[in-house]
Amino acid sequence: MRPFVYEQPADISAAVATASRFTTNDDQPTRANAQFIAGGTNLADYMKLGVAEPNRLLDLNRLKESGLRQIRVTDDGIRFGALVRMGEAADHRDVTERYPVIADSLRLAASGQIRNMASLAGNILQRTRCEYFRETSWQCNKRVPGSGCAAMEGVNRQHAVLGASDACIATYHGDFAQALIALDAVVHAEGSRGARKMPFAKLHRQPGDTPHIETDLVADEIITAIEVPAIPWARRSLYLKIRDRESYAFALASAAVALDLDGETVREARIALGGVATVPWRASAAEQSLQGKKLDEASAEAAADAAFAQARPRQHNAFKIELGKRTLVRALLETRDMKV
Amino acid sequence: MDAAAPRPKENMGEPLPRVDARLKVTGQAHYPADLPTANIAYGALATSSIAKGKVAKLRLDEARAVPGLLDIVTYGDMDKVDKPKFGNSGATSIGPLHDRTIFHDGQIVALAVAETFEAAEEAARLIRAEYEEEKPTATFDSPGTATIPAAGKSPLFKEDVKAGDFDAAYADAAVKIDQRYSTPTQHHNPIELFSTTAYWEGDQLIVHEPSQNVTGWKVELARQLRIDPAKVRIVSPFIGGAFGSKGPMTPRTAIVAVAAKRLGRPVRCVTSRMQAFGTQTYRAETRHRIRIGAGKDGRITAFAHEGWEVTSRPDAYVVGGTSATGRMYDYGSVLTHVSLVQADRNTPGYMRSPPETPYVYALENAMDEMAVALGMDPVEFRRINEPKAEPIGKKPFSSRSLIQCYDQAAEAFGWADRDPKVGAMRDGDWLVGIGCATAIYPTAVAPCAARVRLTVDGDVRLQCGSHEIGTGVRTVAGQMASERLGVSIEKISVEIGDSSLPPAPVSGGSISTASVCSAVLMACDAIRTKLYAAATAEGGPLAGSHNEEFELAGGKILAKSGASAKVGDVLKAMQVGAIEEYAEFAPKGATPEALKKLYAGTPEFHGGEQDEDSVKYAFGAEFVEVRINRYTREIRVPRIVGAFAAGRIMNTRTARSQLMGGMIWGIGQALHEATEVDRRYARYVNRDLQDYLVPVNADIKDLQVILVPEVDHAVNPAGVKGLGELGNVGTAAAVASAVYHATGRRIRDLPIRIEQLLV
Repeated sequence: MRPFVYEQPADISAAVATASRFTTNDDQPTRANAQFIAGGTNLADYMKLGVAEPNRLLDLNRLKESGLRQIRVTDDGIRFGALVRMGEAADHRDVTERYPVIADSLRLAASGQIRNMASLAGNILQRTRCEYFRETSWQCNKRVPGSGCAAMEGVNRQHAVLGASDACIATYHGDFAQALIALDAVVHAEGSRGARKMPFAKLHRQPGDTPHIETDLVADEIITAIEVPAIPWARRSLYLKIRDRESYAFALASAAVALDLDGETVREARIALGGVATVPWRASAAEQSLQGKKLDEASAEAAADAAFAQARPRQHNAFKIELGKRTLVRALLETRDMKV
Repeated sequence: MDAAAPRPKENMGEPLPRVDARLKVTGQAHYPADLPTANIAYGALATSSIAKGKVAKLRLDEARAVPGLLDIVTYGDMDKVDKPKFGNSGATSIGPLHDRTIFHDGQIVALAVAETFEAAEEAARLIRAEYEEEKPTATFDSPGTATIPAAGKSPLFKEDVKAGDFDAAYADAAVKIDQRYSTPTQHHNPIELFSTTAYWEGDQLIVHEPSQNVTGWKVELARQLRIDPAKVRIVSPFIGGAFGSKGPMTPRTAIVAVAAKRLGRPVRCVTSRMQAFGTQTYRAETRHRIRIGAGKDGRITAFAHEGWEVTSRPDAYVVGGTSATGRMYDYGSVLTHVSLVQADRNTPGYMRSPPETPYVYALENAMDEMAVALGMDPVEFRRINEPKAEPIGKKPFSSRSLIQCYDQAAEAFGWADRDPKVGAMRDGDWLVGIGCATAIYPTAVAPCAARVRLTVDGDVRLQCGSHEIGTGVRTVAGQMASERLGVSIEKISVEIGDSSLPPAPVSGGSISTASVCSAVLMACDAIRTKLYAAATAEGGPLAGSHNEEFELAGGKILAKSGASAKVGDVLKAMQVGAIEEYAEFAPKGATPEALKKLYAGTPEFHGGEQDEDSVKYAFGAEFVEVRINRYTREIRVPRIVGAFAAGRIMNTRTARSQLMGGMIWGIGQALHEATEVDRRYARYVNRDLQDYLVPVNADIKDLQVILVPEVDHAVNPAGVKGLGELGNVGTAAAVASAVYHATGRRIRDLPIRIEQLLV
């Protein structure tokens, strides 16, 4: 591990000021000299592996703004402070009652120990777990722009079938993000250019020709909060995660579903897919195909077909298309059958 | 008694808690890399990122600039040291720093030594190798493999077993199958990482390293370093998971010893988990073709098992499980053949039940297919083909309780309630399947020495250079001494894990309990003989009661006549403070050189198929239930029952624990575990626990171990059959059988994954 400077800024403005001093607006947050750390469950790992090489770490855990550590429910929705731990949010009563899809997505992620360490903002910014990215002797366009992609023709069972490019097929492995994108969450950030908010759907960038650009953030910007609007019918929602073992594994396919039903007819559906795409993935075509329809196995299958119409398989991950469809069908039917 | 401490049945010892349990759960057990060592320097390995070629140039300038760097050991620095030898004590014949040739991915190219662990790691990372790269051969079907017959290539695999005329019998069989099976590459991944700590005291070398074979390593390391074995001491008091991976010594040990010598201070090198995939051994991938022919009555008339195993270019590592599968049932005729397929890979090595895990998986999956082809209950099919003698040499089994295991496991599992029709059992959206398979493991034993001292105060000190790899050998050796000397376990101290102790064989092949307990038994009985002779001598407290049966209990000699004498009084009468006996146990059939070979670190194994009088195996039967979601097809195992018979059970708690761990690993082998090889580069891809999956707690629900009583005096004086490598054999086949029952899909390639059940 390379030596680095470790600082604990006292508040957001100090953190931003320090980050601003050691980075430029052209720096990618993941490649900048100064980087923020909260739970450290992803960044510390990648520093040990030589994937991330900041020479200055700004620890956000001592920031004095109390809102960063709070979950607040208002008439407009629910607001998660950026430093709230995954485990705390998963068990929060307002979350489990009003937004089961969020609680599920957190509860089914990682392990108990990691959920107690990892912050919510850090979780949504977690980087891909692609093995060719994690191990620095492989070619990787995301880690070293322009070096090539070893995964493209390599062992790619874990890789994405949606949102991939010729430069990168690395999967976005997070779970919480699928619930957020489905529920039209908003992200608040603060940086040297001021405070701003953006739709969660705008936070992550598809790889395209620039897979090393992972988000819309600049290097001195800190996510301060995540807001989810009030959606009364989100009580009928769930997150279904399919994986090789029962716990502590990334999704091979997952689905975040929320349904507004009139009897068995769909007024509105919210659908996001995990484990199959390069970024948090909203399945808008699937949502539209269900609108006004009776939700049954046939309409669920039609929605799943729509969700994966653009999927592009590689050698080992073609099964994710079929598995992703079945995961969505099952999630839709289980959500329909929820007692709320 | 709770589930973890089963009530002993006939021929079973008490479920005493492990004598080192408290140390382990309170963090006071010192594993080799934890042993306090003053003034230590840290080593980190630099390893190759290609699998074939040459290191043209090694650039060290950046590494040398790291603050705190002390030394770099690389090409040229090992010239006064001999290359490793491949064998029981040596993992590979590749001397990575003896020669710039790269034989496999992750081969050591240098060791960086620094004042801190972090500096050593950073320096190792900055060592830049420039390669003359060649196109490597990864595995089966890759261009450039060489396939050779395995028989005779290893002392452990002398011949392809056969019996009768397979071709004729198979041609005539009314019902037959001909199928192919495969098992993947697997790496051990014990939680304790691999490490070497070495330091010199004058010309004496001390090495702290997790080892299953301290005596063998002492001799092999001394040979490499060209010094007297008496000048080498290997210390390994606790091992945090071994499973064969810490059996043979790897080239790192000598490299770290050389670094410690150059620096004149202790050097500790802990290998990263990623590096362990290339620098340690592993279970190579295997392929199988099995043909079975039977009459309509279900009697097997023809059995053929062909196996293919990947190995490295320089070393012929063979597992050759056909010697067990060829003797499993009453086949009529048997034909087997094992081939080695050489590729540009590191040399494979022992991994829990090395031959049986892949070969019995293939056999038992085929047996299940055959039962289906015959329209016969799979348990009944095995019952019909239960042999009176093994089919190859027609020798009897010293004991064989397979059918008792099937009966007891079937009863506990509720096998009778199974609807045999495929797909007939459902629970809502979950398809339910039930399957079973046989477990088998050869019962071997090896020479072993032990020293036991009984003091006038009734304290016992037991010394034996065996190894605590998690199996509880301290506890069972102590129990044997407790039983024979009539002393409570609290009064017994057990010293193991050090090559300066009386030598024990490698803790592999499930021989430790039998070998160690047999030696302890001998030493204790020699003490008993001395005590009794002194007690009954003229003037002794039991004078006159010669040649009588007696017991030792509660610190007393109890003669059958009712007379008794305190052991302490007998020692006082002898005018000694202690009686100490050094015993050298050699199994029946041992050669005249057997004990010499024990001290040389190359112990003979006896038993299994090799003895004249009988073949010796432990058996078991496993039943599993799987549940498979009808949409998404993920496979879960809510229930597993295993019944096992293994002669004398020294301690029902440690026995159950080993069998349970084996069954859990078996579930992992069925559903989770596989090292992915990038075929273009012959490199391992998922080199960490993120993507190298093993079962987690949530995967294991209702698990039951049944210990079936069995008495076998032929196996060894202790009457013990090893069971450490029994529980994980057959499990994967039982899971495959259950998956078939649930879905009608026969999966022949492990691990069984969602994608195989989607189409």
